[in-house]
Amino acid sequence: MLEVKYEKSKGLTDTKLSYCPGCAHGIVHKLVAEALVELDILDRAIAIASVGCSVFSYQFFNCDAQQAPHGRACALATGAKRVLPDNIIFTYQGDGDLASIGIAETIHAANRGENITVIFINNAIYGMTGGQMAPTSLIGQKTTTSQDGRNQPNHGNPIKISEMFATIEGVAYLERVSVYDPKHVLNAKKAIKKAFQYQKENRGFTMIEVVSTCPVNWGMTPVDAMKWAKSDMEPVFPLGIFKDKGAE
Amino acid sequence: MARVLMKGNEAIALAAIKGGVDAFYGYPITPQNEIPEYLSKHLLANGKVFLQSESEVSAINMVYGAAGAGKRVMTSSSSPGIALKQEGISYIAAAELPCVIVSVMRGGPGLGGIQPSQADYYQATRGGGNGDYQLIVYAPESIQEAVDVMKDSFNIADYYRNPVMVLVDGLIGQMMESVDFDYPVKERKLPEKDWATNGIINHPGRRNVANSLYLDPALLEQHNFKLQAKYNQIKKNETRFELVNFDNPEYVIVAYGTMARICRSAIEMLKKDGIEVGMIRPITLFPYPEKAFDQIPKKAKGILTCELSMGQMLDDVLIANNGRHKVGFFGRTGGMVPDPEEIVDAIKSFNERVVK
Repeated sequence: MLEVKYEKSKGLTDTKLSYCPGCAHGIVHKLVAEALVELDILDRAIAIASVGCSVFSYQFFNCDAQQAPHGRACALATGAKRVLPDNIIFTYQGDGDLASIGIAETIHAANRGENITVIFINNAIYGMTGGQMAPTSLIGQKTTTSQDGRNQPNHGNPIKISEMFATIEGVAYLERVSVYDPKHVLNAKKAIKKAFQYQKENRGFTMIEVVSTCPVNWGMTPVDAMKWAKSDMEPVFPLGIFKDKGAE
Repeated sequence: MARVLMKGNEAIALAAIKGGVDAFYGYPITPQNEIPEYLSKHLLANGKVFLQSESEVSAINMVYGAAGAGKRVMTSSSSPGIALKQEGISYIAAAELPCVIVSVMRGGPGLGGIQPSQADYYQATRGGGNGDYQLIVYAPESIQEAVDVMKDSFNIADYYRNPVMVLVDGLIGQMMESVDFDYPVKERKLPEKDWATNGIINHPGRRNVANSLYLDPALLEQHNFKLQAKYNQIKKNETRFELVNFDNPEYVIVAYGTMARICRSAIEMLKKDGIEVGMIRPITLFPYPEKAFDQIPKKAKGILTCELSMGQMLDDVLIANNGRHKVGFFGRTGGMVPDPEEIVDAIKSFNERVVK
């Protein structure tokens, strides 16, 4: 007798993902989709896609979606959530979109305690545009716009979004996770699900920062990229729960 | 409701409520502050949404989000603030979402000043956002007309799934006049918002997406053709203008908004001097009332474009005139508002004002 042991989440459409081989976006998409299905909120979810590699995420999540201008996802999410308080609204943003051009929109949405969920993919580089330096690029990291490596006097230090947002009163849940091995994937799933659960309970702003990879623009194999995320990124971006109002 | 005495900005805000606005998102800037101030009190009191955003950039993108959700939504701002909103306006127009933007013009460029101006005609009709898009632009000349246009604007935005801009200047925003809020708006059979991104639960079996990205140039061109067809419909159906003293004019003034009101007084003064001057007063700036220019008598001596700018609508006057008459220009700018006597002198010295 045949038994289905694994199938694609109903939270994803049949559209072929546009991500590069080995990129962690696919894993995180799956986790978000599963969380929406398991919490039975897919049919009232609205995804806000941002600008960057995940620009096409409006084609991948099997729910309504809006495609935002670069950096403005949290403003769209705010506008929509205020008029549709019973819907579940989440943004899916990279580090360039959220931590650079969209930092004002994101901070103020958090500070207002907007009841939305932000999925923040931090891979320390601009992927879509071909590997330029990001606000989260590491010191010494070579990119197409920091060819001798990022250095503090010129570029400042990598910006630590979770640490910064942990100081904001309106944030209800904030965790930094990674997806470089099965154990961490499972934990990331738990965190994402918890964030959506909190939104369902109207607890306020929730954000999950995912330490992610970009094998193509890092110039690594997918396996080496996962190793680098652990060995080089994690010391700068330590994993853990930065805020949990439910546990307080 | 009987006639009431109200400040322009507050009347515009009340008219928005009467027009059915569900949500306002905006950022403070003079001389439009009474609009958000009034709405902050009265929208919240009626269970609607009012939110002061962190920036104009954010405000227009909140409008984008709420418009995508299918609600009646607006923002208001003034010149430098409207400049910041241009990115979002382009996206909203591209995604074919309805919303209303009130622009209360002040002197520019740069930070400029806070006195009345019409130097944002290009900004309204040509846009500072990227791509081939158009707003439907109304330029009322009085608080009453601003109220009437404002009440109707949400219907028009919904009907065409297009942003509408109500363009006034600081003078209309700040002065007081008596207004009647009860003039009926034109009945329109509005299509259902079956495109709204409000969750599949509200439209089972179909995913709705608000989007402006088309990486395939062939598809993007098709999208632009579709938008253009809509703009052509708008040109056909929504062009509005008024002809003033048009029986047998010797000269014709073209002016809108506050400048048109000053020109009305000048026309009366010129009449006493035995000079008959007519006026084309565009009420819509897009679509521009080009056909009105066909009604200018052949023997008219010229057209004087009057603006509170260095000559922006002048471009559209030259296009509409198409070389038929001499075109002259009179303008004050930077927040300076002329007396009617200056218009009278400009007509009397028309030949010195000819630009083409």
